[in-house]
This record gives sequence, C-alpha cells and structure tokens, in this order.
Amino acid sequence: MSSQPEAAQPLFKPGANVALFVTCLVDLFRPSVGFAAVKLLEEAGCKVHVPEAQTCCGQPAYNSGDREMAVELAKQTVAAFEGFDFIVAPSGSCGGMIKHHYPQLFAEDAEWGPRAKALAARTFELTQFLAEQCGRDDFGAKLEGHATYHDSCSSLREMNVKAAPRQLLAKVDGLKVTEMQETDACCGFGGTFCIKFPDVSNSMAARKVATIDATGADLLLAGDMGCLMNLAGKMQRDGSKVKVRHVAEVLAGMTQEPAIGEPAIGEETGK
Amino acid sequence: MSMVPTSNAFKDNATGALKDAPLQEALGIARAHSIETRRNTVAKLPEFEQLRDIGRDLKNHVIANLDTYLLQFEQSVIDRGGHVHWCPDGDSARAKVLEICRKVNAKTVTKGKTMIGEEIGINDFLFANGIEPVETDLGEYIIQLRGETPSHIIGPALHVTKAQVEETFRKAHSDLDPQRNLDDAATLMAEAREKLRAGFLKADVGITGANFLIADEGATTIVTNEGNGDLTQTLPRIHIVLASIEKVVPSLKDAMTLLRILARSATGQEQSVYTTFSSGPRRPTDLDGPEEFHVVLIDNGRSSYLGTEFEEMLRCIRCGACLDHCPVYHSVGGHAYGWVYSGPIGALLTPAIVGVENAKPLPHASSLCGRCEAVCPMRIPIPKMLRHWRETEFTRAITPPTERTGIRFWAFVARRPKLYRLATRIGARVLKSMAGSRGRLASVPLAGGWTKHRDLPAPQGKTFHELWKEEQGGRS
Repeated sequence: MSSQPEAAQPLFKPGANVALFVTCLVDLFRPSVGFAAVKLLEEAGCKVHVPEAQTCCGQPAYNSGDREMAVELAKQTVAAFEGFDFIVAPSGSCGGMIKHHYPQLFAEDAEWGPRAKALAARTFELTQFLAEQCGRDDFGAKLEGHATYHDSCSSLREMNVKAAPRQLLAKVDGLKVTEMQETDACCGFGGTFCIKFPDVSNSMAARKVATIDATGADLLLAGDMGCLMNLAGKMQRDGSKVKVRHVAEVLAGMTQEPAIGEPAIGEETGK
Repeated sequence: MSMVPTSNAFKDNATGALKDAPLQEALGIARAHSIETRRNTVAKLPEFEQLRDIGRDLKNHVIANLDTYLLQFEQSVIDRGGHVHWCPDGDSARAKVLEICRKVNAKTVTKGKTMIGEEIGINDFLFANGIEPVETDLGEYIIQLRGETPSHIIGPALHVTKAQVEETFRKAHSDLDPQRNLDDAATLMAEAREKLRAGFLKADVGITGANFLIADEGATTIVTNEGNGDLTQTLPRIHIVLASIEKVVPSLKDAMTLLRILARSATGQEQSVYTTFSSGPRRPTDLDGPEEFHVVLIDNGRSSYLGTEFEEMLRCIRCGACLDHCPVYHSVGGHAYGWVYSGPIGALLTPAIVGVENAKPLPHASSLCGRCEAVCPMRIPIPKMLRHWRETEFTRAITPPTERTGIRFWAFVARRPKLYRLATRIGARVLKSMAGSRGRLASVPLAGGWTKHRDLPAPQGKTFHELWKEEQGGRS
C-alpha cells in the first residue's frame, strides 16, 4: 500500500528489547494469547516488556472518522513504545494501524511524523517477527489435528504477512494444515462494521465458513482476535464443531485453555 | 431528472438484497467467474503491476494538467469538424443533448452503454421529452425492458438470472411465438439482436459514452464486446459522445496503455472484442459515419475535488474490478447502494456527486478489507478515501449523536490507562459471569448488532495486564 515508512529498520539480535502491544481484544477476552506471544518471543531470544501506558492503538476512532481522538491515542502509543528495539503485536490489525496508518496520521506533523515513522519501522505482527526477524520457525510445539489458517485482511494487505504463519505452523508436530479457498476474502468482522451492518457481515462470515468447512479441518487458526471472535461466534451459533484458536496458542504449545467461545473442560453439559 | 438516491436506506436495501434469492444466485455466479478470469489473465502478463504504476502516474499527470488537456482535446475535435459542449452539471448536459436531438427532429435515439448517461439520467429525460431511447448493449437492453438501473459498472444486468431474462423477453417480445425455445443464452442473445437491428436502422441520433478522450487526436474511444457501440455511432446521422472531464488522456499511446489494463481488470479479457475510435463527422472519402459529431463534456462536481484529499478517485477508469472483489458487493449487489455507482468506487463517488448527506451509510458499508485497493488498476486508495468520507461526516456532525458520544466516551477511557485497566477488569468479569460455564453469550445488552447472528465468546476472566502484573510480582 501507499507511504511505506522510510526510517531504517534495525536488525534483530538476541537479547533485543521487545515491547508487546497486547491489543484490546487479547487483553480483555483472551489473555492466554498474550502469554503465548511472550513465551514465543522469549524462546526466540527476546527480552519482553509490556509498557504500562498502553491501551488501544486508536483504530476504532480512526475508522469511525474521529481523527482527533485517533491522533491522541496514536501519540499515547508512540510515547509508550518508542523506547524499545521492536514492537510486536499478536495482531495484524493493530500492527497495521501502527505500521501503516500512524505515519499517515502524522504525515504533516514535524514532531510526531518522524517519531511515528521510526516506530512503524520497528513494528511487526507476531508470526512475521518470529519468522523473518528472529529467523525462528520451530518452537517444538505438538498438536494432533487438522487446521486451516485464515489471513486477516490487515495482516495480509497492510503487513504483508502471508508465508510466516504457514512456515511456523508447518513445524508443529502432528498438525495437518489445509488451505481454504479465497484466502484473501474478508470474514466480515471489520471492527464496528460488523455491528453496524450485522446482516451483511453475517453473509460475509457465512461465505468464509463455507470455505473453512470445505477444507475438512476441525481447527481454525488466525492471527487476529477480531476475525477469530467473529468466526467462532458465527460457527458456534450455527452449531459447527470446528474449534477456533489464535495461532500463537498453537505455536507456543499452549492449548490447555478451552478454544475461543468453548466451555471449560468438563463443563460442556453445563448449559 | 437524474435518479433520486436511496443510498441513505443502504441498510434496509442490503437486508432486502440478502433475502432476494435470484439476486443471490446471480451474485454467486458472477463472483466465482470474475475473480478467476481476472486472476488468470493478469497472471499471463508479467508487467501488469508495472503497467498499473504507469497508469496511475499517467492519470495523476492528467489530473494535474486537466485544463491543458481538455482545451487541447476541444481544439482537436473542432479541427476535425466536430463540436465540444462544456456542461458544468447534469441539467446543462441534458439540455444540450435535447437541443441537438430537437434540431434534427429526432424520434429515436440508440444508446451504447454509458455510466455518465446514467449519472445524468439521460434516458428518462429524453423519454419525458418525447424521444425514445433504445439501449443497445445487451445488459442495458435487458434492464431497460425490466425498468431497472444498472447494478454493476460494466455488467449492468449482473443481478438478473438467465431465467429472469427469458421471462422478461417473453413479456416484452409478445409479437413472437410464445412456444419458442429460449432455454440457452445464445438463443436469448439472438432474439435481442434481432429486435435491436430495427432500432439501429430507425435511430436519428446515437449516444455513446467514452472510455477515453484523446487530446492530441480529438478522438474518443469506446470498448464493447457486442459491437453495438459501433452500430450506435456509425449508423445514425448524429453521434453524441457523453463524457466526464477526467476521461481525457494526452495521446493515443496513453490510451493504449490504459486499454491494456482496462479489459484485464474489467472482464479478464486481454482486450475487449471491439475497441472503437471516433474522430469527427464523416469525411467526403469515408464510407460511413455520422454527419455531426458532438462531445458533451460533463463536470458534474468533479472539478471541485481537484486538489483535495478525494482527488485520487478521479483516476478511476470504471473497470468494476473493485466491485468484483468486494465482499460487501458480493453479498448485496449494486442496487443496495441506492444510486448509479455501486461497490467500493460507488461508496466514494456517490457522496461526491449527490452529497455526503444523501449517502451517509455508504462510506461505512465497508469492512475496509482493502481488497479493492489491491486490485484497482489505477491504485486508488479506496479504504483511505472511505475513511476521509467518514472523517467528513464526523466533522460535519452527520455521524449519529449516539455513535459520536460512544466513540468519545470510549476514547476518554482509553486515554487514561489506569481508568482503562479498571474498566477492562470489570468488563471481563461481568461478561465472564454472564456467560457462566457456557463459554459464550447468545445475547448481550446493547450488543444486538453482534449477537444478532453470532454468539459472543466469553472472556477468560482476568485481563492480560492484570495477570501480567501478578506474574511479574511472582517473578521478582
């Protein structure tokens, strides 16, 4: 896409200080994804930090047309993260906001523009960072199962994440991965879009679910909680047996927590 | 006289479209076909991405020098014996077309496919003034018989199934044998062709659009797959070209460059079946051609976007690739957008032409998935510009008060990390306890938009930041 950051991108060295951008949805709904990310990053040789001043990247305001609040939240995020070697998010959406949209938000700002660009150059989606910066793809995970991987739109088109998650998943012992058709099609989440236009979003999700079902996989993986919650919610409403997890949980070997939207083990009958 | 937008009813239009079974069938067929044909054709041209860059730069150059090229185009047309009419809006364009038609006492006008013609509502206007417009593009002909508007920039009847075409033809062509076989597409096409021939021969005026206006040659270009455009512009005495101002390119070579990208992006063809150039009226040595050649140049608000954050939408060459790849369009089709242009480009152009207050939902009717930008041959950053419309609505307080308040309240909390931590801790616990042991929620107060069609996965209980703090305490 347009306006790629110009700032130089540092090379990864073991012991690098990596700040985890937790993301709102991981923080609120699924902290286990955050801990899976920490485990993977530490295994890859990073020193992981979680800046306390972080909340949200500002994308909901940005996509709602509230540029003023988007700018305020972007400044808060830049200030909280710019002291670290790398910024990693278990999300292409929040990552894309920082890497792709912050430089655009501050394009005309002499002070914040360069700071945003510098941060953007050091910001990565989790699987991309592990595979391409750390040069690690085998984390020794084991999982018997049949999975399919969903590309989130922002991972794919804003962060250029395509090969990395597949490369990492290929090293998971016992896991078979089948590609679905139309991997570049949106699942219908789109942030507030799915709440504003539930019927249209549902139709998009239904097409996505059909391509997931056609793979025969019993596990859906992706790198963005938005897509995952949308698709888990849709499939569970429709009675599907497909389990849904963030890719980091599988890569870190942390699948002891129930899958997204599933009851705790032993509580399946407690409806 | 142009079409009254129903874009503000997008949400209801969309819900209706989702329940329309024949429409859903037609959309399903179109989706599978268009994506695959474009992918296959593009794969055969290694320099396609490079051509997109060249096309983008070319259009940017033209937009930056629009006055120069339009004046050059006008002079070239005049030099070839044609006429150029500058029309700032739909009213003046319609009046000019009528004036030309009246001068030759025209009763029937044949028409090639033209989106600018739809934009200014030329058909209804001519009809109201006693002149019969006959659409000659098969798709346009079908929807004219059905009293509909185009649902796709290049496939106007994309929403119509074959069975519906048969039904339409049986009703409209009541002079033909009711027992005739109309089972397959070829038979339907032959019947339309037979009917249209008569129209071509009796027309006094032919109206076409233009894919490009060539400044140095004073020529206009159309591409068709049926040859109807050629008959429309060569048989009648008068040829009127309707074109919006951003269609101009400097030279024939530039037009050829864009033609290489256009057909591949539009129909997945390497080239359209017919690419036709028109330049001026018939010369003494010509075997055919019109006696008069008129170009009606229409602005209709476009020039007001020059030099603004919306300028890049003027690069659009109306290929329809963004519609073909849009998951929202795949779900609801074109009519739900409520005006002439639909899909991602429609969501940009409609607010620009009819006013954003008359197309409020359109910039929001997108998940901003970016697939449109990924395929746009002119690399128009459509998601970015949809966001600009959202910003315009927010700034001008067109955004509903509840939404504005909601965003501002959320931002107030998000800008205060300590308060935010407290709010998320409470939120996670409340949702978790509401879900009980089920792991998900089937309904949540104030979240009906989410739970209408999906469950809401329950939070795990504590927030990440809470657990991280606990763990750090344990580590040290």
